[in-house]
Order: sequence, then C-alpha cells, then structure tokens
Amino acid sequence: MTNFFDKTDLTRKNVDEIISETLKNCDDGELYLEDSKSESILLDDNKIKSSNYSSDLGFGLRAISNEVVAYSHSNEISKESLKSSSQNLRSTLKSSKGTYNHEIPKTNNKFYDEINPIEQKTLNSKLEVLNKVNEYLRNKDSTVKQVTASFSGEQKSIEIIRLGGEALTDVRPLIRFNVSVMLEKNGRKETGVYGIGGRQSYDDYLKNDNWKNVCEEALRIASVNLESKPAPAGEMKVVLGPGWPAILIHEAIGHGLEGDFNRKKTSAFHDLMGQKVASEGVTIVDDGTIDKRRGSLTIDDEGTPTERTVLIENGILKNFMQDRLNGRLMNTRSTGSGRRENYKHIVLPRMRNTMMLSGKQTQDEMIKSVDKGIFAVSFGGGQVDITSGKFVFNCTEAYEINNGKIGSPIKGATLIGDGPSILKEVSMVGNDMMMDPGIGTCGKAGQGVPVGVAQPSILIDKMTVGGTKI
Amino acid sequence: MIKEQEYLKSKASYCLDLAKKLGATDAIVTVGNSISETVSFRNKVLDESNRSDSLAISIETYIDKKKSSISSSNLLDENLKTLIEKCFETTKITPEDEFNSLPDKELLAKNIKDLNLYDQSHLENDKKIDYIKELEETASIDKKIINTESGFTENKSNFILANSDGFCNGYKSSSFTASCVTVAKDENSMERDYEFTSKCHLNDISNPLELGRVAAEQTIKKLSPKKIGSDKISIIFDKRISKGFLSSFAGAISASSIARGTSFLKDKVNEQIFSNSINIIDKPDLIKGMGSKCFDSEGVKTETLNLVNSGILNNYLVDTYNGKKLNLKSNGRSGGSTNLYFENGKISYDDLLKSHSKILYVTETIGHGTNLVTGDYSVGATGFLVEDGEFKYPVNEITIAGNFNEMFKNITLANDLEFKYSVNSPTMMIDGMTVAGK
Repeated sequence: MTNFFDKTDLTRKNVDEIISETLKNCDDGELYLEDSKSESILLDDNKIKSSNYSSDLGFGLRAISNEVVAYSHSNEISKESLKSSSQNLRSTLKSSKGTYNHEIPKTNNKFYDEINPIEQKTLNSKLEVLNKVNEYLRNKDSTVKQVTASFSGEQKSIEIIRLGGEALTDVRPLIRFNVSVMLEKNGRKETGVYGIGGRQSYDDYLKNDNWKNVCEEALRIASVNLESKPAPAGEMKVVLGPGWPAILIHEAIGHGLEGDFNRKKTSAFHDLMGQKVASEGVTIVDDGTIDKRRGSLTIDDEGTPTERTVLIENGILKNFMQDRLNGRLMNTRSTGSGRRENYKHIVLPRMRNTMMLSGKQTQDEMIKSVDKGIFAVSFGGGQVDITSGKFVFNCTEAYEINNGKIGSPIKGATLIGDGPSILKEVSMVGNDMMMDPGIGTCGKAGQGVPVGVAQPSILIDKMTVGGTKI
Repeated sequence: MIKEQEYLKSKASYCLDLAKKLGATDAIVTVGNSISETVSFRNKVLDESNRSDSLAISIETYIDKKKSSISSSNLLDENLKTLIEKCFETTKITPEDEFNSLPDKELLAKNIKDLNLYDQSHLENDKKIDYIKELEETASIDKKIINTESGFTENKSNFILANSDGFCNGYKSSSFTASCVTVAKDENSMERDYEFTSKCHLNDISNPLELGRVAAEQTIKKLSPKKIGSDKISIIFDKRISKGFLSSFAGAISASSIARGTSFLKDKVNEQIFSNSINIIDKPDLIKGMGSKCFDSEGVKTETLNLVNSGILNNYLVDTYNGKKLNLKSNGRSGGSTNLYFENGKISYDDLLKSHSKILYVTETIGHGTNLVTGDYSVGATGFLVEDGEFKYPVNEITIAGNFNEMFKNITLANDLEFKYSVNSPTMMIDGMTVAGK
C-alpha cells in the first residue's frame, strides 16, 4: 500500500485539519488519493511497436453541499497544493450549512489480491508470448496479413480519507491480453479481435498456452467475416448469443438505471420504479462482488463496499444504481456504484458487472422459432441516448436466420432499438448464461471504467437491423 | 498559475541529460501543464465546480534502433530518475526496429509563428456563473424544456517538446468553452439536444442568449419523432455530423493505417476517391485556429497540405516512423491532422434542401459503426424528414448505412463552411445510402 504523505511536507495531522476545514459545513466529501502504475506492450506489423510504462500520482478533494459538488484535483501532493484546492472548494460553497454524514458501511470481503501484475511477469516473457502469437497466426494461415497483440496491466492503489480521519484503502490489479488479426483474400480484407482479462496476474489467464485459444478465436471471427454478405435492412427477429452480447443490456437498460439520470429525470426510466419494464422471466442484476472479474470492486471510489444490486426482477424495475450523492438525494442509499476513472474525475454512479440471469429455453429452440431474422454472436461497441432511450450496437459476428436455420454470415451492421421497450420484446431467455471474457470498458461523461457483462442466449421479437440490403 | 516555459524546459533538459548519461543514443521529452476551471449549472442552479491542475511528462529513450517510453505525472527529480532508469533498462531488452529514429534534423521546425492561440484573460467563477445564468434563462423560456445543463470551462495549457538533437520549443494555448444541453418533453416523447461554443480567445465565444436559444429550439424541434420505412434515399448531414466523415478520412490516410495495410485508402494516392468538385485542406497555421500547430508531436514543421484536389488524393498524413516504412518524408502530421476542412461547395444550404423532393436530414448519429479497413459505415441516426425543401417531422430509431468508397463519390457540399471545431465541413448531401427503419 502506498504511503501518500511520505516524501511530502504533509503530516497526517495536517491533512486531517485541511479536510476538516474544507468539509465541516458540508453534507459529504472526501480526499481521494491515487497511485497507479500501468504498462502497455504492443506487437504490431511483425515488430514490438511500443513498450510504455506509466506512473501517475494525484489527489482529488471533493466537497458536497446539498446538490452542489465542488471538486479540485492536482498531481502535487503538498501543503500548498492541498490548501489551494481547499480554498477553491470553500469559495464555491461559501454559504454551505450542511451536516456531514459519517455513515459508511464496512466490509471484510476482498474480491482480488493485492498484487502488482506488471512485476509478476518479466518483460522478456511478455515479449516472448507476443512473438509467439505473431508467428503462430502467420504460420497458421496464408491469408493472415496483419497481427496485433498486446498486454496491458495496471496496479491502482487508492486511499479515501473522510472528515474525522477515517481512511479506506484498496489495491486493484487489472490486466488485459488482446489479439487482432486481419485477413486478406481475393482483395477483401476483414479483421477479427478477441481478448481476455480481469483482476489477476497475466499468467492466471495464460495457463496451458491459453494465448493459442485467443488467437484461434480472433482468427475464426475474421474468417467468418471474409465470407460475409451484405446485411439485411429493416425490422426483424434477433437471437443474441450468450456472454459478451450482453452489452445490449448494458447500453439499452444499464445506463438508464444509473441514479444520476433518474434523480435529474433525464432517463426514460425515471418514473417507472415498481413497474413492468421487461418480459416475465427477465431478471437483471449489477454485481460488483464476483471474484476477480474486470468489473468487480472491493470498495467503490467513495469507500462503499460493492454489492449485488437487483435492477429488474422477473420483469419489474426494483432498484437504480446509486453513489452516495444520488442515493441521499433520492432518499435511498449508495449501492456501492460510485466510480471514477481516476483522481482527475468526479464520482458518478456506474455499472460494475451487469448480468441477465438464465431462463429455461435453449438456443436451438430460439433459432428454430425464427422464419427470418439474424443471429448475433459478437459485438463491437455500443452507445445509448439516455433521454430518448434509443441505443445501438455494432455486430462483429452475425448470421442470417432463414426458416429456423442459421445461414450465411453477414457484414457488420448496426442494430438499433428502444431501451424502455426492448426488454418487453424478449420472448425467450436461454439456460446458458455466460460471462464476457473480461474486456469491457464503459464510457460516460468522458470517463472510462472497466466493466463486465453476462447473459444467456435471448430471442428479441423485433429490432431494426441497419444493413444495406432492402 | 500555469507553469512557465523556464520550469518546463528545466525538467525537459534534466531528463535529456540523464538519459544521455545513462547511455541512451537519443531521447525525446514532452512536458506539459494544463489548468482548467469549470462551473456547471443544472436547472438554473449551481451543480458543480471543478478545478483541474495536471502535470504530465513523457520520455522516449532510444539505444540505436531500440526504443521504449515512460510517462508520469510526478515531476519530482527523484521520481524522474527512477523512471528514466527503468525506461533505459526496458529499452535495452526491447527488440530493434529498423524504422525507429528521431525526425530528420532538417525537417524540425525552426521559425515558430505566433498564431495567437493564447489569451491570458481569466474569467473569475462568479463571471462564469453570470454567463451561465443568462444562458439558462434563455434556454428554459419554453415550457417544453424540462431540464437544462450548462457549463463554462476555461483552460490554459503550456508545454515543451525537446529532443537530443537540440530541438526545444513549446508554447501556451488557451480555450474558453460554454455548452448547453436541454431536455424537452411532450405527451409523446422526451428528447435532448445541445449547442456549444469553444474559442481560443474569450471575446470570440458566442453570446449566451444565442447559445441558449439555439439549444432549446433544436431540442423542441425533435419532439414526437416518427420512424420511417427502410429506403434508399438522399441524406443531408448537418455540419456537426458531416465533419465526422473528415475525421474518418483522416484516420484512413494516416501513415500508420497505410503502413499496416489496414485502410480502405491504401495505394489510392493520385486516384479519384471523391467526386471532382471536392477539395480537402489541412491548414496548421490558421490564426486562433482550434487545431493550429506550429510543429507536430515530434517537432517536425507543419505546412498546409492540399490533401484532396478535385477529388484526387494527394497526400497521406505522415509521421517519422511510418514515413520511413513507406519511404515518405514526414509532413508534420505525427498526432494527426491540424485544421482539417472541406472547401465550400457551390450550392446554398436552402438549395441543397430543395434538391430532391424527399430527403433525410441527419442531426445526430450514435454508435461506432465505421470500419476503416473495409470502408463500411453503419450507424444509428436521428434527424428530420425534409420534403420539397421543408422540414416536415422529426425522425428517430433508424440506421443509415453505406460504404465510404461509394459515399465519397456521391458527396455534394453546400457553401456554408465555418470554423467552429478543428475539423470542419459545410453541410453535406450523400446520395445512394440505405436507411433501415420500419
């Protein structure tokens, strides 16, 4: 654990005094300190293209008075810098008359080990794996024209100091291993991408030459796309495969259930609490407590232990995801969903691992029931307009379905739907729930945070497919 | 206060000296400081204030053709020393890459023009609040507006780029940005839209009354949208969307995409890729330009490039590394384009709207459906149906799709170019794309 005041002109007593001066008439707030070390090593075009190591240190001081948030951050952890931040906050909140809420739940649970993945594997052995990936793919198939492979890893240590001196700490490892391959055949180029990761050491993910499986999967997706035909355009039935396609849930439903948008009444879901928003049999949870998953956190970035929050239970809207600010203003509590990209950003209610739970049907039954539609297996990014509820996502592997049978692969098309109504169009929920491979990053208000998703296969009765073939 | 040049220079030379002393054959250092202050309002009351003071240093060390890099926000000499030692050790075991090198000395920028990118004016938070209050009052006049979120950000930056060939330059820049996001509601729907202004100089930003009025009007116009049927139809892209095609184009002609062979525009220099009425220019020395640069991120001088002339592609955007790979000289575009724009077309905005009896006018797209390897394009869209030059009704929950190879050849531009962003386009019409709806 980092000692943030070592080698500064600050003692812990100074810090407590400045915090007290800043927050004494406020409703909430804290000093957030962060020390992160990260690396990225990239092989591209037959060469090690870059190897970068980064170390970032800084603090953010936050004061909250009723609905108003004042925030100031800096890289310089010093008496002068902290005092100047404090002054900036007090000038914004000069008439504040709040009472500080000291209450914060405690936990003994830990969902990952305090390791530094960067130091646990030597640079040489990382370079070796990347070179093996390159050779393996290029020897495997003569259509392989480009290979990109990368390692990225980080260790982030945080400390949260609250009014009265209470301190909460967490050390968070995170890694990702990624392979992208481009094929060229008869003048046509297509790419396939696959990756794995989470909050363990690199070698936990690369056991038994697992990098080969990652290569195979990237190659398989690219090969499928080489044979793809133009996608159809218009409304039709869509079967989603299990796992990563749950970013549909993340975009369509997840963002709309974040507390801030609902407190501000800008989410299409803000007046639907307790109402039916999904078909029967649809249950969605957001869970920060799954061991070593990319979206898991022992405590969130306000110090609240994470939990398993039931968002939709059997079709009924049960809870929003809350940070301390929005929880207080909506007369409820934080669900441990307060997150920030780093000390340069304010806390927002965010998703962790968002999952639709298994139902009873099989994927086979779904496919058989569709006369004309598409079967979507993997996606690139997605996006949502919270206010209108419209969301999109892009297929990176999808097939036509004709008369109950899977047909040719189709070119990457955008699917568009309406968040509040899409889950009412879910007519079958599969028995094959799967987590994603640990690759998701969610963007909101310019902040990216690692997240996970999971779902079983599902059948959606009506969605618009954005192909070119009418 | 923003760190002065002298301080940044002293940090840069400390790092260069140390890298040299350890045995690095070459090194590049960038040191920057950026301070920004934001005040935000929601529904006419203060919502958030945010002050950000960021230091950043990045160092690349070379041992002949081996290279690696580090970055940090901690500028204490002791920390820098540890990091440079680590960087040097990593460089030693990183494999050689024959194309790794500093830029050619004769290409480095020598005369640094003053492009008037820095305005030292400081607007106190209370004055920012006055601006936002006026803005929000105007934005919320109409009862259909149920939520307003507005902000004002002042940003000041300074940086130094130095390399072991003696290049050492940098300059200050500033920006003042105000934005307004409004949500409107009627019995059928809830919609959101926005307007913003961003300039290097405080006096150049839009009037708050104008900003609020435009945001509210654009949002209210979107209420009660309909979905239209799937169709092949002419599409007009509002300026805030049409500029996105230029950004995609810039990505596709970056030397790195070309060298890797992952661009649909590879080997297309001297070929007709747009219709012959299209000219694309990248101009780095625009006075007060949002994308203006005296030199690129490697210190190479930047000059105006006529990227596309009468529809023919003339240049890629070339940096040192990928230039060496492609046997091209850097044209000062490490870090991408500068002020990139389409030259005006010949037709007025009004005449463009009237050019077909039925047109889809797109004001917003969502999703990341741009594939630069194949040129395939498919995104979600929001906009209006235009019939005989008149806006009939708002449209949403549709997608639009095509392929850049064909789309680029079917572009018609209006004559309404303005320099609002670093990438700018007039209003654009593209024929022959597919709309997927009902």
